[in-house]
Amino acid sequence: MNPFPDFARLRQWILRASEVDVRAALQKEQADLNDLAALLSPAAEPFLPLMAAKSSRVTLQRFGRTTQIYAPLYLSNLCTNRCAYCGFSADNKISRRKLTLDEAEAEAAILHERGFQHILLVSGEARNVLGVEYLEQIALRLRDRFAALSIEVQPLSREEYARLFRAGITAVAVYQETYDREMYKKVHLFGQKCDYGYRLDTPSRAAAAGMREVGIGALLGLADWRAEGLAMGLHLQSLRKQFWQTSFTISFPRLRPAAGAFQPLVPVSEKNLSQLLFSLRLFDHDVGLILSTREMARYRDGMIGLGPTRYSAGSCTAPGGYAHPEWEGEQFSVGDHRNIGEVSNALIAKGFDPVYKDWDREFQISLSS
Amino acid sequence: MLTIAGTQFSSRLFVGTGKFASSQVMCQAIEASGAQMVTVALRRVDLHNPQDDIMGALDLDKIRFLPNTSGARNAEEAVRLARLARAASGTNWLKLEVTPDPRTLLPDPIDTLKAAELLVREGFIVLPYMNADPILALRLQDAGVSAVMPLGSPIGTNQGIKTAMQVEIIIAQARVPVVVDAGIGAPSHAAQAMEMGADAVLVNTAIAVAGDPVRMARAFKAAVEAGREAFAAGLGSASGTASASSPTTGMLTADLGFIEDR
Repeated sequence: MNPFPDFARLRQWILRASEVDVRAALQKEQADLNDLAALLSPAAEPFLPLMAAKSSRVTLQRFGRTTQIYAPLYLSNLCTNRCAYCGFSADNKISRRKLTLDEAEAEAAILHERGFQHILLVSGEARNVLGVEYLEQIALRLRDRFAALSIEVQPLSREEYARLFRAGITAVAVYQETYDREMYKKVHLFGQKCDYGYRLDTPSRAAAAGMREVGIGALLGLADWRAEGLAMGLHLQSLRKQFWQTSFTISFPRLRPAAGAFQPLVPVSEKNLSQLLFSLRLFDHDVGLILSTREMARYRDGMIGLGPTRYSAGSCTAPGGYAHPEWEGEQFSVGDHRNIGEVSNALIAKGFDPVYKDWDREFQISLSS
Repeated sequence: MLTIAGTQFSSRLFVGTGKFASSQVMCQAIEASGAQMVTVALRRVDLHNPQDDIMGALDLDKIRFLPNTSGARNAEEAVRLARLARAASGTNWLKLEVTPDPRTLLPDPIDTLKAAELLVREGFIVLPYMNADPILALRLQDAGVSAVMPLGSPIGTNQGIKTAMQVEIIIAQARVPVVVDAGIGAPSHAAQAMEMGADAVLVNTAIAVAGDPVRMARAFKAAVEAGREAFAAGLGSASGTASASSPTTGMLTADLGFIEDR
């Protein structure tokens, strides 16, 4: 993966693009890296409705009139890292909790009852108290009830990912947060997460371990979103070259209000987020694009069919928060408070089928036996 | 500069040595083509005999000799031929060909992969001739081959790049050089392959059986260079409709009225 191009050079690459480059990029069926740079540039802003239409056409052709639905299940907010932007940061005085296996199972049961078939297990990074054994135990307990289990936890080794895959974990999401090395250093103050390179290599380790899907992303609001977009394009391209049997997704988390009262260092508007998402869709027609409940209902409804392929719904970001809505200790406050039924109805109203089940545990059982 | 297994080539035209009227014409044609990689069928040459008409004629200081396993019908035969070639010639480079059907000479994907896995483990630099199957290309790369050589159309047919759509996918996904091999009947075919982004082409019949092989070799040299230049320059994309000056007018737009300034 390394060496990754310098962030400042990515910015220059983008800012060089002219209107002519944008028009040329839009003419092409398949955008390459130069086209991606042009589509991310300020010169592309007047073309946003056109990019949206093209992104919509490509997405429809590859994914059809469907949107996948999932919910996060927060296992723990214990964290050994100090990260300036995160509600779970070790410094923050929040109520800390790690769910017992029974508590986690109870949370899962609630999500299952609500209709979720795909859950994303999330935790802060505290490998001593929340290691691979714990995740494995949870996976083994839940695998019979859900079609797909993903994780968004601390970076693990290839062997650990392989072990979790055998236990029933299907997918791994690990976001670089920012591809800007200098900014990365500034916001990651203490802990394992300070190691930029180790984090950058994590998607490769997960893919090498056999995970069916690997998600990458940048936390929007830390550094120039345009350059983050080009960096994600580069990262994705290199992962695809190496791991051609793996499916990939990109997430677009915009910084939300959280404990610690960190303010975004650079503004990223809905318009910016849309341009980023459309650009990456035109660059990679098959990548899954995830729009979580960080965004407002109005925006998420507007974006249906324009590029995103997966929505979360009814999310609570505090461990144990589904069974105990009064419990505190959330990672961030969500923007879309609707439940799974309401999100599904919004999709249906736009002519889209909400897809709850798009995997089957049988795949992994046959592989691991 | 084209690099295969750490070796650099300034020419992107590889030439085969079969079907020439004489070794003299062959040598002149190779010279005119500018080729730095020349493939030789093991079945045709006597590697132990320095006086062999083909081997004796090649200037091995200027060109890399790439033995091929032409005639092998399965993995076992190909591996045996490969070991023989290495023992006799000292090169561990190999163009792997496994062609069980003597009429079409189409490559066997299963035995090609089997042989490639084995030969890579034995330290060969393997360049497999293959059908233009993108998944096979990926599997061969996973096995550790140093280039892939998909066919444009069946060997000797001069039909050009009939497999264009598949070759494009192979090129887009490739981690090693892609050499379009077989079916290239005219310089325009070679140029087309290079414009598509192929790293090199291999030509034999079209040069060997031309009215003037030396002149045709020169024509292929120019075509390969032109195609590569065009690829590097960035081709404008073809379009079904005329578009005069502002190509994006008239394209569909989506209503983004839902976006707020926040």
